[in-house]
Amino acid sequence: MSEAIVKVDELVKNFGELVAVNAVSFEVEKGEIFGFLGPNGAGKTTTISMLCTLLKPTGGRATVNGFDISTDKHLVRESIGLVFQDPSLDDRLTARENLEFHAVLYHVPRNIRESRIEEVLDMVSLDDRAEDRIETYSGGMKRRLEIARGLLHYPKVLFLDEPTIGLDPQTRNYIWDYIEGLKKREAITIFLTTHYMEEAEHCDRIAVIDNGNIIALDTPENLKDNVGGDVIKLKTEDDDGAKEELTRRFPDLEMLADPECKLCFKMEKGEEFIPDLIRDFGTKIVSVSLHRPTLDDVFLQLTGKEIRDEGSDTKSGMRVARMRANR
Amino acid sequence: MAEAIEMQDRESTQEYLHRNNTKRAMTGVYMVWLRDLKRFWRDTPRRIGTTVQPIIYLFLLGTGLQAAFRVFGGGNVQFIKFMFPGILGMTVLFTSVFSAISILWDREFGFLKEILVSPVPRASVAVGKIFGGATQAMMQGVILLILFPFLFGFSLNSLAKIIALIPLALLLAIGMTSIGVAIAANMESMEGFPVIMNLLLLPMFFLSGAMFPLQGLPGWMTVLTRIDPLTYGVDMLRGIALKGVNVTGTTSSIISKIPKNLAAQISPQAKAAIAKVTPKVSIQTQRYPLWLDLLIVVGFSVVMLGIAIWQFNRQE
Repeated sequence: MSEAIVKVDELVKNFGELVAVNAVSFEVEKGEIFGFLGPNGAGKTTTISMLCTLLKPTGGRATVNGFDISTDKHLVRESIGLVFQDPSLDDRLTARENLEFHAVLYHVPRNIRESRIEEVLDMVSLDDRAEDRIETYSGGMKRRLEIARGLLHYPKVLFLDEPTIGLDPQTRNYIWDYIEGLKKREAITIFLTTHYMEEAEHCDRIAVIDNGNIIALDTPENLKDNVGGDVIKLKTEDDDGAKEELTRRFPDLEMLADPECKLCFKMEKGEEFIPDLIRDFGTKIVSVSLHRPTLDDVFLQLTGKEIRDEGSDTKSGMRVARMRANR
Repeated sequence: MAEAIEMQDRESTQEYLHRNNTKRAMTGVYMVWLRDLKRFWRDTPRRIGTTVQPIIYLFLLGTGLQAAFRVFGGGNVQFIKFMFPGILGMTVLFTSVFSAISILWDREFGFLKEILVSPVPRASVAVGKIFGGATQAMMQGVILLILFPFLFGFSLNSLAKIIALIPLALLLAIGMTSIGVAIAANMESMEGFPVIMNLLLLPMFFLSGAMFPLQGLPGWMTVLTRIDPLTYGVDMLRGIALKGVNVTGTTSSIISKIPKNLAAQISPQAKAAIAKVTPKVSIQTQRYPLWLDLLIVVGFSVVMLGIAIWQFNRQE
C-alpha cells in the first residue's frame, strides 16, 4: 500500500436536522483516481466541500496532503486544485485572464506564469481561443478551461466535482482522455465525484456513497466480482434437452431461478467458459450471450435501488441549465 | 520520535505562513481589485451611465432646486454651489454601496467559490472588493470634480480644493463600500440586496444634509442628523469645497426692487430699517469643526472596514 494523501476520519456534516455526511472514514492513496459514486444528494459535494475547506465539518477530522482541513486551511488550499460542479469562470474575462488571476492567487512565480498558462491551455486544446472572453465559450470548452485552471498551480490533489455533468457524450469522453492522460503524466491524485456509472469505471477505486454513508469501497472490478460473476444466457432449439445436458456435463453449474430465462446461469470468467460450453454441445445452440455485472448491478445490490440518473433529477438539472443559460 | 517530527513540521508551517503572509495579502487585494475594474471597464453601458449620472444630478437637480429657492424668496442664493458637495457625497455613497452587489453576482455565478477556495486570505479579498468599489465611486467623483472650476472659478484656490477633496471622498467611499460588503457577505438574494440597501441608505442620505441645509428642522430630526455618520462626511466635503465661497450672496432686499430714482431719496436710516426687517437667507456651509468631521469619518470608515472583513471572513 502506498502513502495516503487524503485521510478522512469520522467526518460529519449536519445541516440543521439533516445529516448530509454521516461519519465517513476513508483514505485516498497518492497517485490514484478515487471516485465518489452515488445519487444526487448522497453527500458527495458536501464531503468534497469540507475537504476543500469551503465548509466547516460538524465533527470528525480529515487531512489533505498532511494538512488538517480545519486548522491548516491555507496549506490545504495551496495543495489542491478544484473543479466545481457549477461553472465558476469569470465570463467577462478572457481565458488567459482567468488563468492569470488564478496563477497570481496561487502564487505561481511570475517568471514561469506565462509558460505554465501556455502549457495548460495547450493541454486542453484551447490555446487558439486564449484571448476570447469566456462568454463566447461552449459548455464543454468552459469545463476544459476549468480543468486547466485547476491544474495551473500543480496541485497535489485535483478535486473534480461532477466534472462532466451537463456535457454531451463526446465532450465527456474528451475530458476523460485528459484526466487519464494527466494521471499518467503527472504525479497527481484525482478525487472525483460522479453519478454516472460508466464514469466510475475509470477510477482506480470507488467509494459508493448513499444517504451520507459509504456503503462500499473497492476497485470497480472487485465491486463487480462481489456481485457474483457474469451471467450467461443460452438459447437453444430444445431448451429442456439442453438443460439436461448442461447439468450432466457441468454438475457444479448454478442455474438462475428466473422463469423468464430457463438457460441462465452465473459463471466466473464467463468469456473463458463459453468456448468449452459450445464445443461438442449436443443440442443446437441458437445464441449465447454474456452479461457482465455493471456498477449499476453493484449499486442495486448494495442499496436495493437503482441510481437515479441525470434525467430524473430535474431540480439539479434545471439548476445547471439555468446557470449555463444565464452566462 | 513521531511527535518530534510533527512538532518540527508545525513550526516550519508557522514560519512558512508568516513569511508569505504580507505578500499574499497584497497580491490578493491587487488581483481582486484589478478584476473588478476590468469588469467595470468592459461593461460599456455601465461605463457610460456612470459618467453621465453625476452630471445629470448636478445640472438637472441642482438647477431645479436653485430655481425653486429663488421662487421661494431665496434671493440670489447660489444653491447649485451648495448642492455640489452634496452631489459629490451622494454619488460616492450610492456607487460605493451598490458596487458590493458584485459579491452576490460572483456568488450566483460561482466565481466567488474560486476566490474563496484559493490560498489568498479572505481579508484581502474583502479589502480588494472594497477598494474596487471605492475606485469606481471615485471615478464618478473625479468627473464631478472636473466640473468644479466651472462653478467655482479657475483658480489655484479651486485646484487646492479639488486636491483636498479627492482623498476625503475616497475615505468616505471606503467606509460606504464596507457597509455594502458587510451586508452582501450575509445575503444570497440579488433581488433583496438593493431593497435592503435602499432601506438603509435613503435615511442616511436624506439626513446627511446632502440635498438640503440641516437648518430649521424639528428637534427629533436634528437628533437623527447628528447620529448619521454621513452628516459629518457631507459637512466635511462642503466645508472644504465652500470655504470662502458665499452661497448666500446678497439678500433679496426690497431696496433692490425700488426704482433707482426713488431709492436715492430714501434716507440711510430708512434703508437700514428695511434691511433689518427683510428676512435674511443664510445657509450654513459648515456646521461642525473640520477636525470633528474628519475624526468621525475616519473612525466610521475604519470600523466599517473591520466589520466588512469580519463578515466576509465568517461566510462559508
